Amino acid sequence: MNIVECTNVKKIYQQDKLEVRALNDVSLSIKKGDFIAIAGPSGSGKTTLLNIIGGLDVADSGRVLVDGNVLSTMSQTELATLRLRKVGFVFQAYNLILVLSALENVEFVMLLQGVPSSERRERAKAILDDVGLSDMYDRRPAELSGGQQQRVAVARAIVSNPSIVLADEPTANLDSKTGASLLEMMEHMNEKKHVTFIFSTHDKMVMNYAHRLVSLRDGQVVDDQVHER
Amino acid sequence: MYFRLGWRNIWRNPRRTLVIMTAVIIGVWSMIFLGSLMRGIADQMVRNGIATLTGHIQVHHNGYRNDPVIENSMTDPEAVETALKRSLPPDSRWSSRVRVNAIASNARHSSGVTLVGIDPQRETKISFIGGAVIQGRYMNPDSRNGIVVGKALVDKFKTKLGRKLVLMSRDTDGEIASRAFRIVGIFNAETEATEKRFVFVTLPAAQQMLKLEKGISEVSVTLSSQQEVHQVAHDLRAGLPSDKYEIHTWQELLPLVTAVLKMYDGFIYLWFLVVFIAMGFGIVNTILMAVFERIREFGLLNALGMKPGWIIREVLTESFFLLILGMLIGNSLGFLSFFALSGNGIDLSSLAAGMEYFGMSRVIYPIIQGKDVVMANLVVFILGLVVSLYPAVKAARFTPVEALAHT
Ligand SMILES: Nc1ncnc2c1ncn2[C@@H]1O[C@H](COP(=O)(O)OP(=O)(O)O)[C@@H](O)[C@H]1O
Ligand SMILES: [Mg+2]
Repeated sequence: MNIVECTNVKKIYQQDKLEVRALNDVSLSIKKGDFIAIAGPSGSGKTTLLNIIGGLDVADSGRVLVDGNVLSTMSQTELATLRLRKVGFVFQAYNLILVLSALENVEFVMLLQGVPSSERRERAKAILDDVGLSDMYDRRPAELSGGQQQRVAVARAIVSNPSIVLADEPTANLDSKTGASLLEMMEHMNEKKHVTFIFSTHDKMVMNYAHRLVSLRDGQVVDDQVHER
Repeated sequence: MYFRLGWRNIWRNPRRTLVIMTAVIIGVWSMIFLGSLMRGIADQMVRNGIATLTGHIQVHHNGYRNDPVIENSMTDPEAVETALKRSLPPDSRWSSRVRVNAIASNARHSSGVTLVGIDPQRETKISFIGGAVIQGRYMNPDSRNGIVVGKALVDKFKTKLGRKLVLMSRDTDGEIASRAFRIVGIFNAETEATEKRFVFVTLPAAQQMLKLEKGISEVSVTLSSQQEVHQVAHDLRAGLPSDKYEIHTWQELLPLVTAVLKMYDGFIYLWFLVVFIAMGFGIVNTILMAVFERIREFGLLNALGMKPGWIIREVLTESFFLLILGMLIGNSLGFLSFFALSGNGIDLSSLAAGMEYFGMSRVIYPIIQGKDVVMANLVVFILGLVVSLYPAVKAARFTPVEALAHT
């Protein structure tokens, strides 16, 4: 079953009278439970693609299907609901709400979803334990290392069992060792909870973790291979 | 968690929070405190008006109010007295007066005055004059030629205690009656105009001078409670024939004061609005600044699926805290300055010369009215939230892609 289906997706940005084809006819199907990397150099359209799949941005043409929803027909509010219920995001940096503790950051999404508070707390603790932060519940983001912050972000993204987790260069601000352990943790979560991860990167080491590697260049898919594990 | 989030967010930048809170504090404080001063001024105006020979209700011969000549005197005081005894509540007080225009003169000066013939004992209980004598003594009931005059008049006439003052007025025969009095007391009043205007003699002395016999010009009544005024006036009107007598309440007797009082609510609420507008700009600007500093964060919240309405609520929660905190402190300061000044009042004598025309006092005692406090707080709270809507809506409008690209 395909959890994401992009068909002939195009996105053109207007920059000082110059047209930038950020996505030029991208078609891509992603299976549920996959652990897939979108790879490509800077400016190749990775962020644009993830934003469009996550409903943060809208394609100019083409069709995007996420867990059965046709994004182009949805209103801003419907897209917000989709993000809340079905999409988890991990950004490159500044993922967390600064005034909330790690635990509260994870709880926050469930609060928005209307999960009762005791259940919220239980689930948030469990997921933080899963990502290896069992003794950091009460730390504020400023008191966590970059790698720990990204772990909290991953915990928050998967806590409500979304259809997909979109991670835009999640390791870009981390050293390679920390990046690798974050990737291992994500892979572990992918296996344990069957969450679909779609992450972008331009780092060879990170690409090696992917079960499937889609390469973008100038807004087009230039390569698509499944890694045997 | 909204509350926790809001509460922690306002302390992210304590400096800015203090700026907004200071604006709210000064706003609320000035509304409450200056409002109480205005109320104090109004109240003092009414008191002065009532004490300056007005009382709560007056009874006159029909036509006296339009034409206060000697012919419009009440020749049958007993009839009035009977009606008063029947209609007045037991703890009210009244006193009869002769009151005519006269000319006062000594060797060097002369001036128009109001000659008031009083029953010294009854008068002390209902008007200012009993407690106002600062030199000499108050009127003696059987004094035949003693007169009590105001300090300002004494200064103007360059005279003093013990000197003579001649009064002239038209008597009931239409002749000019003239009589010399000796100054036995000098009084001090809230306004210089009062000191220059009124001179007091005993009722019999005035009646004799003007050939009034038992006749009087007015009866002034004070009640223990203002609330009774209209009922009592109504009863008196029923008890006295309307072709011979007219009854007025202080509201009718002091039309200027009544008009000013009517405008006062408007004044005070206008003042609240002016203060709020100044404060509102401060609030909007500062919150807007705070919102623009956090574009990324709002983008993140939006990406997490927070709907615009929730983001608006989040920003409003923050201004809710700022407003509540500011209001708490502002109210406390307002009440503190009220209590600090309610004992001794505020002395405005240096400004008094200009304000006397409005019947204002030299010393103002602030008065706090519940409805003003409620109004001030409602204005700040509700309008404060309303103006915060603007930055809140701005925050909700950041699109996530732009916001997240913003570093
Ligand atoms: N908001 C924007 N306005 C104009 N051009 C943009 C905007 N966002 C992205 N682009 C352009 O689109 C192309 C793809 O960008 P992006 O998706 O961010 O690539 P990547 O994430 O792979 O670095 C780049 O050339 C970039 O300059
Ligand atoms: Mg990018």
